[in-house]
Amino acid sequence: MKRLVNLTPSRPLKVLLGLAPFALVLLLYVIASDARLEANPSDKLLPSFSQMGDAMHRLAFEPSKRTGEYLFWQDTASSLQRLGLGVGIAAIMGFIIGLLTGALPTLNAPFAPLLTVISLVPPMALLPILFIVFGLGELSKVALIIFGVAPFIARDIQRCTQEIPKEQLIKAQTLGASTWHILVRVLIPQLLPRLINAIRLSLGAGWLFLIAAEGIASTDGLGYRIFLVRRYLSMDVILPYVAWITLLAFTVDWLLANTSRLLFRWHHAGSNS
Amino acid sequence: MSNANKPMLQIKNLWKSYGDTTVLENLNKNVAAGEFVTLVGTSGCGKSTFLKMLLGMETQTRGDLLLDDQPIGTEPDQTRGIVFQQYSVFPHLTVLQNVIIAREFEKSPLLGKLFGTPKKALVSEARQLLDRVGLSAAENKYPHELSGGMRQRLAIAQALIRKPRILLLDEPFGALDPGIRADMHALILDLWREHQLTIFMVTHDLTEGFYLGTRLWVFDKVRHDPQAPGAYGARITYDLSVGDMPSDTLNQIQQSLNPADTSPASASGESL
Repeated sequence: MKRLVNLTPSRPLKVLLGLAPFALVLLLYVIASDARLEANPSDKLLPSFSQMGDAMHRLAFEPSKRTGEYLFWQDTASSLQRLGLGVGIAAIMGFIIGLLTGALPTLNAPFAPLLTVISLVPPMALLPILFIVFGLGELSKVALIIFGVAPFIARDIQRCTQEIPKEQLIKAQTLGASTWHILVRVLIPQLLPRLINAIRLSLGAGWLFLIAAEGIASTDGLGYRIFLVRRYLSMDVILPYVAWITLLAFTVDWLLANTSRLLFRWHHAGSNS
Repeated sequence: MSNANKPMLQIKNLWKSYGDTTVLENLNKNVAAGEFVTLVGTSGCGKSTFLKMLLGMETQTRGDLLLDDQPIGTEPDQTRGIVFQQYSVFPHLTVLQNVIIAREFEKSPLLGKLFGTPKKALVSEARQLLDRVGLSAAENKYPHELSGGMRQRLAIAQALIRKPRILLLDEPFGALDPGIRADMHALILDLWREHQLTIFMVTHDLTEGFYLGTRLWVFDKVRHDPQAPGAYGARITYDLSVGDMPSDTLNQIQQSLNPADTSPASASGESL
């Protein structure tokens, strides 16, 4: 008998083992839901899959009686737009700040301590300030995501910049590179895959801030809808919405991972050189 | 060379210390253009520090380091090429791109990148150089796809395209297999003659220093103070013309270096 640390499941077994927990959770849910619905057909806590299907059909494929919009798609579009804007702006800001403070000691000295302190401010505590300053519109929600995500990306990129071997920077200088050359030809290309990685890591926080901001003040969006229907205990809407958000998050993450692998072959294939 | 009798590099009363720790003391040497100097010594003896001073990464505490009668530049530039033991090629560029990037720095101050006809001229120049170091078959590979020896060949080609006057080699072959190392020795000697380079090479391998190049410098501490290991720095204890030296000199140097190997004083200063 091999030691447990040396025991590796074969590939098909690995897939099977990976899927098993999902199947188990679904099965448990179906059993529990059936049991509750049998006892009380109007129970709202654990709706059956057909009830969820009906609710989603209503939201996704029938125009809203009040506004004439297809609420599900409207919510999805609004949320994705906010998240995209927020994370996109945060990524650009974080990248520039992280690159410059990581590469230039003159900028690192004044800004690195400030950045550390800013990144420790809990963004949710800033939400009231954002609502006061920017109003209840789109801007404050996007700003919350930026405040929440940009410092993390900036610090991560700063660290990555400083981790690039000094030898490379010296080599570039012996080849006649200026500071600008080093930034655009040596550092930025090597930091782009790391930026994608930082974005992937910060997307979870991005979703958190998005849903929180939408839940507090909004008129549409996935988070808004969940918080709205909570008043009616509409688990038949909340659960599919949560699943949909999870699927969206997974898809975005998958797209980013594959984009990185496609564009930066050298980063993923090799370790160091 | 027009002024062959005039030394290219003058080292005058050169000292280097970090705080209380003296690394190098009182170096006085002249180096003529076209010499191939090999620097050996125990770890921490300051040979890498000396190389960094030649490169412009470190400045001396006292004394003068003159290149053509002018103080040597205080930051790295294209007059001095460098090959490190590792990390000296750009991992995100292919072999060909790694070589042409130096010319792109030179010719495109704004973008550091060239396109179209000017680039084509560069590519053919770079291909000649890659052919010379034996990498033409690998021009579209990334560094991680190359073996250690090929990566060092690339680093050398890259260092040569700006035609530096001085080439600095910091234990360039330390991580290579013996067989490959011999190939690299042959290559570097050929390139040295072809490009009329002045080479400084740091190595751990004393025998390498003995047959490669024209001149061997041994860095070692002459004075030791057991109470204050950092009080005295290393000097150049041997300065030999390679080729006409007594046969037992190698053993003599080896013996002078080995006891220092275990000395606690050798902890500071070095490493890249």
